[in-house]
Amino acid sequence: MNREMTGESGEFAVRAEGLCRRFGALQAVRDLSFAVARGEIFGFVGPDGAGKTTIMRMLAGVLLPDKGEIFLEGIDVVAEPERAKPILSYMPQRFGLYEDLTVAENIFFYGELFELPWRVRRARARQLLQAAGLLSFERRLAGQLSGGMKQKLGLVCALLHTPKVLLLDEPTTGVDPLSRRDFWAILYNLRESGVTILFSTAYMDEAERCSRLALMHEGEIRLCDSPARLKAAMPGALLEVVSADPRAAHKALTGAPGVLGLLLMGDRVHVRVDNALRRKGELEARLLGEGVGPAAIQPIEPGIEDVFVALLGQEGAA
Amino acid sequence: MFERLEAILVKEFLELRRDPWAIFRLIIPLALQVIVYGYAATFTVHHVATAVLDLDNSEASRSLISHFLATRRFDIVDFADRQSTVTRDLDSGKATLAIVIHAGFARDLASGRGAPLAVAVDGTNSNTALISLGYVGEIVSRFEAEEAAKASTVKAGAAPPTVTVSLEERPWFNSGLEDRWFFIPGVIGTLTLVQVVNLTSFAVVREREVGTLEQIMVSPIRPVEFILGKTLPFFLIGLADVALVTLLGVLWFHIPFVGDPFVMLYGASLFLLATLGLGLLLSTFSRTQQQAFALNFFLINPIFILSGFAFPIAAMPRFLQWLTFLNPLRYFLIVIRAVFLKGVGLSDLWQEFAAMALLGVVMLGLSVLRFKKSLD
Ligand SMILES: Nc1ncnc2c1ncn2[C@@H]1O[C@H](COP(=O)(O)OP(=O)(O)OP(=O)(O)O)[C@@H](O)[C@H]1O
Ligand SMILES: [Mg+2]
Repeated sequence: MNREMTGESGEFAVRAEGLCRRFGALQAVRDLSFAVARGEIFGFVGPDGAGKTTIMRMLAGVLLPDKGEIFLEGIDVVAEPERAKPILSYMPQRFGLYEDLTVAENIFFYGELFELPWRVRRARARQLLQAAGLLSFERRLAGQLSGGMKQKLGLVCALLHTPKVLLLDEPTTGVDPLSRRDFWAILYNLRESGVTILFSTAYMDEAERCSRLALMHEGEIRLCDSPARLKAAMPGALLEVVSADPRAAHKALTGAPGVLGLLLMGDRVHVRVDNALRRKGELEARLLGEGVGPAAIQPIEPGIEDVFVALLGQEGAA
Repeated sequence: MFERLEAILVKEFLELRRDPWAIFRLIIPLALQVIVYGYAATFTVHHVATAVLDLDNSEASRSLISHFLATRRFDIVDFADRQSTVTRDLDSGKATLAIVIHAGFARDLASGRGAPLAVAVDGTNSNTALISLGYVGEIVSRFEAEEAAKASTVKAGAAPPTVTVSLEERPWFNSGLEDRWFFIPGVIGTLTLVQVVNLTSFAVVREREVGTLEQIMVSPIRPVEFILGKTLPFFLIGLADVALVTLLGVLWFHIPFVGDPFVMLYGASLFLLATLGLGLLLSTFSRTQQQAFALNFFLINPIFILSGFAFPIAAMPRFLQWLTFLNPLRYFLIVIRAVFLKGVGLSDLWQEFAAMALLGVVMLGLSVLRFKKSLD
């Protein structure tokens, strides 16, 4: 591959080529390639064990790939991980700050590690804490914060040194919706200033927030595109069945002619069919015939989860 | 060169200050163990089974025996009538100690020529043996003082009555442990080693296990900064431990401290360097605290056994003797005993100092090389 053309040309903030990593007999990541433009929010979506954390660690330079190359802002991360560290930030899936230090002490510590001048650190910490809604918790021990506050503190520490590339491994898992909103507000702000953000998530709804998205399964990227295009490319059309007994409806519709896939979503069933107009009436009749009772059926736009299930079958729905 | 060292140091001390168990983990077990060892080694021996053979059968000899009875530290299990009985008592374990008062005891006592008293001791339990011998010495000197007082009232100016205690060597008596105060200085070295190796090997592994290491690895910190930052606090804690335990030994147990405290300080510093290196090296071989524990468990006992603390190195097979050269405790025990009891200075101990420094530098260097900023 010609480096002048891609890796170091400045066109991409992150570029990975042919990444492989195995743990013993298990191939955690296989032959993965992708490129992320500057200022993108790029999401890795996949069920548990898909290899998201493994990719993030390799990108952050704390885990060596068996094969393949990674360039971050033109720096070869595999060959020179230390050169990449000042410009990148990585938030591990597991809380990596010191629980027995206070919020302010953790911030002080990470500021020191990156050798930030005292004034810069102070101003920046204030601004970030404010945005995260943590200003009044400065003296609280990190271990006593709620899950969402911990994640926001992690983000604050990760952003202290104004990284160019931000790697977030499942940053919002276990975070309440309000904190998640704060969190995303900060991320959108960052994108405005040209920071490239790569994150992983097991939440399908969150995947809709990124500019591009890689659907991962068993260490491979199965599909990679913008959420809108992924949805548009889903084969078939989607009908939503609202019924008093969604389980029974799910069972009754399994194997019906024209049904490509079924997904139980709480009190409703998403049915992927070959032709929405033609099958709507047929499915209504079938539900009545099977004794499930009346059900409201209407065509809807697919979500990422539907795309994922269409791609991988039921196993992919984490 | 060490810009981020301070950051780690500050963090370590903040964490330490916030740890309510720190004092229990760092100070109390050590102090407690020294006290327990100290008492076990000095004061808790009562009722030593004793065989007595009185070949003099004089007023003086009977008086001496009654002195032994009076303390209750000795239980006389056999009044023997011949030497062979005494030997049999010791061999069979019926008696731990045998006192043989030779014929002419009273005569020699009165003349001031030194009355012959032979003591034989079963050395299999060297502590009991040492302590019992100490008691024998005390009782004999008290006896001498009383006899002297008596004699001076009878006729002034005569030579003071003395008893010459001769120690009969038993084949299994550990003559390397003749000094009564051999024990506590050794305990200081041993406990410090266990404490410091434990603390350091767990400290790095804990960060790995808790997940904070992963976050630190993505910062520009260099391995040597991280490692020094993690170990310097333990160095200071180790020094404080040595000081504390030494003071305890000197003030509480009245162990003579003959030497120069600075020699002790240098020795302790080099010893700590080596133990920190060992702990760190162990931590680079473990991924979990459980593994670190297993490694510690595996190594501490051999280190103890091959240190010369309890078993003389000279009596070991050649191969084990060679192994002891890798053991920092071996050198420190020599240093600490020499400084404590003999007041030996730097000029005689430089070989031990050099060996500890070398071990420390090699092990610390290896740890820095082995510590990769990687999760592999
Ligand atoms: N250090 C390791 N040693 C052995 N196997 C590992 C290691 N790290 C990851 N794996 C395995 O590699 C596979 C991918 O793991 P990875 O953690 O990357 O998945 P993930 O997508 O992050 O999953 P999750 O959503 O559960 O975090 C899993 O099967 C996991 O068991
Ligand atoms: Mg993961």
